[in-house]
Amino acid sequence: MTGQPRRIVRFLKATMMRYVPGMITCAEFDDFIVSYLDGTLPQKERRLFEFHIRYCRECREYLSAYRRTVELEKAAFRQVEAELPESVPEDLIQAILKAREPRP
Amino acid sequence: MPDNFERDDEHTLIDQLRRGCPRAAESFVRENAGWMMTVARRYVTDRALAEDCVQDAFLSAFTNIDRFEGRSSLRSWLHQIVVNAALMKFRTLRRHDPRPIDDLLPALDAYGVRVEAPWHQIATPAEILEREDMRRLVMKKIDELPDDYRIVLLLRDIEELSTNEVAGLLGLTEGNVKVRLHRARTALKKLVEPLLRKEFGS
Repeated sequence: MTGQPRRIVRFLKATMMRYVPGMITCAEFDDFIVSYLDGTLPQKERRLFEFHIRYCRECREYLSAYRRTVELEKAAFRQVEAELPESVPEDLIQAILKAREPRP
Repeated sequence: MPDNFERDDEHTLIDQLRRGCPRAAESFVRENAGWMMTVARRYVTDRALAEDCVQDAFLSAFTNIDRFEGRSSLRSWLHQIVVNAALMKFRTLRRHDPRPIDDLLPALDAYGVRVEAPWHQIATPAEILEREDMRRLVMKKIDELPDDYRIVLLLRDIEELSTNEVAGLLGLTEGNVKVRLHRARTALKKLVEPLLRKEFGS
């Protein structure tokens, strides 16, 4: 589906999201996403958010990829940092202990 | 009750640190300096400067140990201190933003409907991170985010601080922190999409 028919579908979808009660737009979906994933979105907004995922293919797939991105980012840090643990030079330890000493 | 033992140990250690016991101080430094270096280097890549952060953090910890109230564990208290020290150092270094974020923000069409090419399958982090060059690539993509966004991403997703804590650290409103976090994640999603997209037959 390309060109004119596709534009009509998107126009209808936009109209529906904007005017049908109980629906939110993709921009509002963006506003809710961080709180939704934190689990702090109030129940009413959470229901609107979850309903949006059901009728908006784009937001549904966007959310899955978004979630995976956050998982990927966390896992990358975990793995890379575990592979290369920081060695602490002895002179740093001595410098820290020395700087502490003069305190009464 | 390992929990109680740990708490008792921590109480003893804090007492000793308050009394200025040199042996307690030494083991305290040896035990924590490593992971604190790891945290500092998330913000300050240069090794020597990251060492400065760790040193600053320990001095601040020794100075303020009397005021440690034990509402959190000693480790999370230290974590806050080293993140703070690293952020202070980071502010003096502020690099040039390597790329603008505009073309990486959430994409909506003229009607306000999201634009998202269909996904067939999404690779899991384990699949992607199996290869060493991919691990480096993901880290490089995170590093490419503009500073204002990358910092919020690190503080929220990697340090796992709350929106409220990040707002306090950066002098932003909570709403602002959420917007930046959302933009940072969306931008990163776009940057790693070639890795996440699993084409059929490949």
